[in-house]
Amino acid sequence: MMTEISLNILDVAENSTRAGATLVTILVSVETAADKLIVTIEDNGCGMTKEQALQVTDPFFTTRGTRKVGLGVPFFKYAAESTGGSFSIESELGTGTVVTAVFGLSHIDRMPLGDINSTIETLITCHPDTDFLYIYRYNQASFELDTRAFREILGDIPFDTPEVSAYIKEYLSENKLETDGGAAI
Amino acid sequence: MKTLEELKAIREKMQGQVSMRGEDHGRTRILVGMATCGIASGARPVLNTLSNLVQKNNMTDRFSVTQTGCIGLCQYEPIVEILEPGKEKITYINMTSEKAEEVYKEHLLGGHIVQNYTLASADIK
Repeated sequence: MMTEISLNILDVAENSTRAGATLVTILVSVETAADKLIVTIEDNGCGMTKEQALQVTDPFFTTRGTRKVGLGVPFFKYAAESTGGSFSIESELGTGTVVTAVFGLSHIDRMPLGDINSTIETLITCHPDTDFLYIYRYNQASFELDTRAFREILGDIPFDTPEVSAYIKEYLSENKLETDGGAAI
Repeated sequence: MKTLEELKAIREKMQGQVSMRGEDHGRTRILVGMATCGIASGARPVLNTLSNLVQKNNMTDRFSVTQTGCIGLCQYEPIVEILEPGKEKITYINMTSEKAEEVYKEHLLGGHIVQNYTLASADIK
């Protein structure tokens, strides 16, 4: 099992890129009053049929040829549900997929959000041809990172140029700190 | 809040400095397994270490660090594959950030494969 929610997010977002998505939207929202931590990962990739969407939460279902199990999604579902939360996958062939995981924020079994900034950074630098819209919300405060806006400014300067990559790291960490005041999540 | 102004400043500064990216078939590709098995066993820090080393040492013209899917050797994850044009693929298994740094120095920069960490030298039953 993953030790942090951010690793589950990395895993599912990798699925989205493999589905050929050109835009992956990741939302992480903490609502202390409702006692919820909500994660949604939406993509415009190839999507799945209704049958596949139902099967994907089965650990013994996978489209891979290299092995017989696909554990990423089932583990994510289990992690959310064991905190009194919920999990859903909606998909449409040819349109895309939305994965929604709701965690009970204060539940003792909720794994930490973990290093979400590292996840976002890894996704952005490993998939230079995919756009990501990342929204981080903590109650009323929030910030966004939209790679399309970055690309507009940078032109053909790649994201893995040292100055740009340092900027992305700082952008994520400073804005997150300002949004959640350093709360342990 | 950090704004996009700073990014604009970076763009201005780099105007004219951007060298043509070395063509992909000339670069050595470093692939880090990032399927569920890889992520669960600690691939993210391995990828970050390699990525940072390449960037900080201005080696992006020689090396490209990226992720790959399930290789089918889940019990040996995190796995790093080195694809140097014209050479045989080298697969490193059970990687950590420290080992990744060693591989970077010894193999990628120095040209000496770190045999202890490779799949080939592991006792596979």
